[in-house]
Amino acid sequence: MLSGVLTSGFFWRAILAGSFLAVACGLLGVFLILRQDSMISHGLSHLAFAGIALGLVLNFLPLIVSLIICVIGSIFILKLKKQASLPGDAALAILASGGMALAIFLVSLRMNFGVELMGYLFGDILAISSVEVWLSIILALMVTILILANYHQLLYMTFDRETALVAGVKVSSLDKILVILTAITVVLGLRIVGLLLVSALTVVPAAAALQLARSFRQTLVLSSLFSLLAIMAGIVLSYALDLPASASIVFLSIGIFLATVGGKNLATSLKK
Amino acid sequence: MASKLIETQDELDKSKEVIKVESVYFSYDGPLILEDINLSIQRADFLAMIGPNGSGKTTLLKIMVGLLKPQAGQVFLFGQGIEEFEDWYKVAYIQQNATHLESKFPITVEEVITSSLYASRQMKDRPTGWRKERVEHVLRLVGLAGYQKRLMTTLSGGQQQRVLIARALAAEPEVMLLDEPTTGVDHQTQENFYDLLGKLNHDYGLTIAVVTHDYGLVNKHINQVACLNRKLIYHGRHEEFCQSAAFKELLADGHHLVMHQH
Ligand SMILES: Nc1ncnc2c1ncn2[C@@H]1O[C@H](COP(=O)(O)OP(=O)(O)O)[C@@H](O)[C@H]1O
Ligand SMILES: [Mg+2]
Repeated sequence: MLSGVLTSGFFWRAILAGSFLAVACGLLGVFLILRQDSMISHGLSHLAFAGIALGLVLNFLPLIVSLIICVIGSIFILKLKKQASLPGDAALAILASGGMALAIFLVSLRMNFGVELMGYLFGDILAISSVEVWLSIILALMVTILILANYHQLLYMTFDRETALVAGVKVSSLDKILVILTAITVVLGLRIVGLLLVSALTVVPAAAALQLARSFRQTLVLSSLFSLLAIMAGIVLSYALDLPASASIVFLSIGIFLATVGGKNLATSLKK
Repeated sequence: MASKLIETQDELDKSKEVIKVESVYFSYDGPLILEDINLSIQRADFLAMIGPNGSGKTTLLKIMVGLLKPQAGQVFLFGQGIEEFEDWYKVAYIQQNATHLESKFPITVEEVITSSLYASRQMKDRPTGWRKERVEHVLRLVGLAGYQKRLMTTLSGGQQQRVLIARALAAEPEVMLLDEPTTGVDHQTQENFYDLLGKLNHDYGLTIAVVTHDYGLVNKHINQVACLNRKLIYHGRHEEFCQSAAFKELLADGHHLVMHQH
């Protein structure tokens, strides 16, 4: 059994794409939570799903179509947020349901890709193609590099936006970068854990890291490690026990989160 | 000791006027909040801005640091129009309620200060060793030596306030604008805080403008007063302010003005 796993191309492709994505999600998630933008990944995931459906209808690389739609959508979200004529969450709810409605409408045009679309609803990392693996690695690497390259400015503006603005931090460009990176990550996550679980992938490991960290740097490191652990173990589990990978990954990250909460409570009660 | 905030005599001579506000009018899509404001802050001034709640003090400060754009009038920083001004590391701004931190934000004192030292191109190009030293130096200056690794959320309000002052000082600013910096901390902490500002102004020639309700606590340090109530009711030397009509008007408004004898 095990030797079968190790020689399987599916398995290694999943591990490779998954681990790069894990680090990107882990880093990005911390900023999303602390900026109170976790709902953005939720809204974007529905839009990404509509993008996949459109790609399938047009019979053109669904991941690319989804990426384009999602990036445009993310800029639009940023505009809505700035105008503030609606509280941010309401605009995202409208976007999410609009995206879903578009996907359903597109499915009704050509029913025959319904099954394929289901893969994006529930995620199907073991079906990932080698082109998609490369795309995932390149994009996830880009997310990671951009976050690390702008680390200090992102931290400054997340912690204290107004002062950062006065100090000369290019706040609105960085806002754009963050939301576009979120869009990219969400599209990649869609392939791996599916629409229903993709926002969990960005939020849960970061939430776990926030329980324990003694500095911001530590939060980023822990969040990436937790995310990596959940994705790797989730893929191995699903392969070994024939469980759905997406559910295993999310269960594992929630398990890690609960363990950090429990560990923290234990530590404080022991101190008393 | 490398503790000068202003680097060379040249820079001192270049311009004595740090901030100039000229015929500024402002409204937030509604009634006029500021009307015909003219204000000038000279190098090494210590200006207290006072006025009742809602009189536009915060708004004026935000205009002076470019966060809001006036509908009419102009602002100059170091002799340059604010639109063209680029040397933002020279200007430190500490906003109102700055210490109302997100209670879960995991950031250490060192990270608060260091992250600010990458804000602009001029800052990014400095060597890493300079940053470490700078953090140490400014923490010592505000009486928090050795606090680098402490999480911000474990500090008292007064200590957090001092960390923000340290951050503001780290970039070697030439002017510091503070908006009600001591709300929510006890009297002794307030007094220590204003003594620290007084010291920075006196020893390093740092130009300071502070919006405050604690006139009684700052008045031994300041040399200028601006009294705002939509219009600038009074702007001038501190000594003359106490004899002015504006001062009596403020007293009549029940403004909290305890005078220190000295
Ligand atoms: N963002 C805003 N939008 C609309 N009105 C505002 C805004 N901020 C402040 N105001 C109004 O502008 C006036 C001046 O406010 P502010 O500058 O905060 O006064 P102060 O700092 O002196 O208490 C107040 O009447 C306030 O209600
Ligand atoms: Mg105010």
